Amino acid sequence: MENRLTVSSSPHIRGRETVSDTMLDVILALMPAAFASVFFFGQRALAVILVSVASCVAFEALYELVAKKKLTVKDYSAVVTGMLLAYTLPVTIPYPMIIIGAFVAIVIAKQLFGGLGQNFMNPALIGRAFLMAAFLPKMTSWATGRVGIFEADAVTSATPLSTEFNGEMPTVLNAFLGRMNDGGALGGCLGETCAAALILGGIYLLIRRVINLRIPLAYIVTVALMSYIPGKNPALQGHPLLAVCTGGVMLGAIFMATDYATSPTTRWGQLIYGVGCGVITSVIRLYGGYPEGVTYAILLMNVLTPLLDRWTRPRVFGAVKEAKAK
Amino acid sequence: MPKLTFKGGVHPRDNKEHTCMKEIRELEQPEFLVYPLSQHIGAPCEPLVKKGDRVYRGMKIADSPAFVSAPIHASVSGTVTAIEPRPVPNGQMVNSIIVQNDFTDELDPSIKPLDYKTVKPDDIPALVREAGVVGMGGATFPTHVKLSPAPDKKIDTVIVNGAECEPYLSSDHRVMLETPEELILGLKIILYRFGITNGHIAIEENKADAIALLEGQCARDGITVDTLKKKYPQGGEKQLIYAVTKRKVPLGGLPADVGVVVVNVDTCTAIARRFMYGLPLTRRIVTLVGGAIADPCNYRVRIGTQVDYIIEKTGGFAVEPKKIIMGGPMMGQAQFRLDVPIIKGSSAILCLTEKEAELPEEGPCIRCGRCVEHCPMGLMPLYISQFSRMEDYESCEKYNITACIECGCCSFECPAKRHLVQDIRRGKQEVMGIIRARQAAQKEGK
Repeated sequence: MENRLTVSSSPHIRGRETVSDTMLDVILALMPAAFASVFFFGQRALAVILVSVASCVAFEALYELVAKKKLTVKDYSAVVTGMLLAYTLPVTIPYPMIIIGAFVAIVIAKQLFGGLGQNFMNPALIGRAFLMAAFLPKMTSWATGRVGIFEADAVTSATPLSTEFNGEMPTVLNAFLGRMNDGGALGGCLGETCAAALILGGIYLLIRRVINLRIPLAYIVTVALMSYIPGKNPALQGHPLLAVCTGGVMLGAIFMATDYATSPTTRWGQLIYGVGCGVITSVIRLYGGYPEGVTYAILLMNVLTPLLDRWTRPRVFGAVKEAKAK
Repeated sequence: MPKLTFKGGVHPRDNKEHTCMKEIRELEQPEFLVYPLSQHIGAPCEPLVKKGDRVYRGMKIADSPAFVSAPIHASVSGTVTAIEPRPVPNGQMVNSIIVQNDFTDELDPSIKPLDYKTVKPDDIPALVREAGVVGMGGATFPTHVKLSPAPDKKIDTVIVNGAECEPYLSSDHRVMLETPEELILGLKIILYRFGITNGHIAIEENKADAIALLEGQCARDGITVDTLKKKYPQGGEKQLIYAVTKRKVPLGGLPADVGVVVVNVDTCTAIARRFMYGLPLTRRIVTLVGGAIADPCNYRVRIGTQVDYIIEKTGGFAVEPKKIIMGGPMMGQAQFRLDVPIIKGSSAILCLTEKEAELPEEGPCIRCGRCVEHCPMGLMPLYISQFSRMEDYESCEKYNITACIECGCCSFECPAKRHLVQDIRRGKQEVMGIIRARQAAQKEGK
């Protein structure tokens, strides 16, 4: 009998929570925004999400098969990336482009850097950034209403963030719910339209302790405050609530910037990172060539993450006195 | 009153209900007892007896001239049959004295009660050393060393550690309930040694009966009973001192640096028994528990009794155990053989079933930061473990690997089930070696 005893290093018990539990929580938290996108943009929104998720999972499995690595699709992280990628695309995006974006996100941004946890930039955002660079017109055409699964064209308009926007600014309540004052969809990507749905998901993640408030709050507050600075778009100046309810700030602050692999692990690191995302987003909005800056803001701060972790190491318990003694 | 606690930590299921309501049982004496010559931190002992010698209960059978060491006493009367290497709970082979029990339980004639008030305070540590008392929470640091701090360290607070934060364990809980007078006397003796009155008994909130009982008994002695929040590792020395006094033991320092001495519950009663009955440390309370154990309970066990004997005499296994741990599930040591003896620091025998012992497969780190959030020492386990795996000991040292108390919170909390403590423990040993070598080189340079 004695030879059958397991001998291992302590601790001998572990908590229940696993990586796939965490990913399932994120998927659940993304659901309200999925419903909102179908409500505003019609069945094609669902099709975009499904194509994106399916291709992300397929690329992850394919890569791991080819590279002879352990299959990790069951940790659901590729599903999360697929949903996030879809949420950053316009509903009218041609399906082949989604597949290209998924390839860039999963194979290039994630797997080539070593897979789960090893990538240093957010895969979904890299996918989106690539599509922006490659297919700018298709990536910036915003439908105002529901689109059928096989429809490729729709009535489009500029987003309220754009200098070309010449319609009536939505009220704060309408922007929060994701619609223009006439009831049409607030121009924007699939997942970013309805701030209310994103906040609902965020509250769930906070309750489940998947994320903490530091990054989202620092990000959102910074963008709100910086909306008072005069920029290229005078119609938006001095509207902090509009600034955070339009564009990708909510989606970025709650779901993108909080990505574990690419954000700091320390308290102060997370705060500085959140503020940094907010500052870069706002600077691009105020002075940049693009109407929106969330993607590049988060990607830039991703690169700073290892440094932020190093600069903001927590104080070791009992280290205070020693420092004084010196 | 707000419950006292520290920053970080985790909440494992405490599993104490199997044993904490049952009275401590006396375990029958075995025929053979094994006394390893090293049962404590510090210099190993040299035997004072030889093969064929007759020994009595409480007779000193091994000692060392070193200050950081503690003598070992026979826990039965009988004859020395051998002095030979035997396996011990930490997996090593240690030279041990084997005694065959004659079952007469004859006491050593030198054993006499002593009123501590007739002893000079400065003579107390020597008496405690002579009784072989070491820290019984598991660290087995010789207690007389704690009672003899450097002259420039002024001790103003003594804390009895009744946190017992490890899941499953309830031996300290039962001792507090069954022999509170020994506990209080032990604390009074330590306070007397330092000439102070500020004594604390700190207990986790899940032992409400012990808190109530001791509060009643301590009222007239000016001893404070503190209620601690139930959180692991509340009983870690530095965490406990912070919870009770809000003082932080400096990095690399000792409790005496902040004027505090911490002793475990059963260590305290061992000191008391030295004076009440004249008895040295020859028994300890062991929690026998786990899903594989037929009749879990706390037992009063003679030190030197083998684990296989204890299990056989107490009803055996209910199901086949998959893992047997000496100590608690968070910090205890897994055993690969059961012919090891109970030594002074063996607080529990935890026998886990296949299901309880199941360890999930390790996945890649997702950098969620939970290990950083829960580390009671303010470390960054994800980085330190990575540095340790890459054998980058310079970075390990820079990230304060030596401050790690190996409590296991990071591994417990990790959703990717990474073996963080295991990596850190290995790196810590390397770094300690490097630091010692550097210090030796510096000394030579001078």
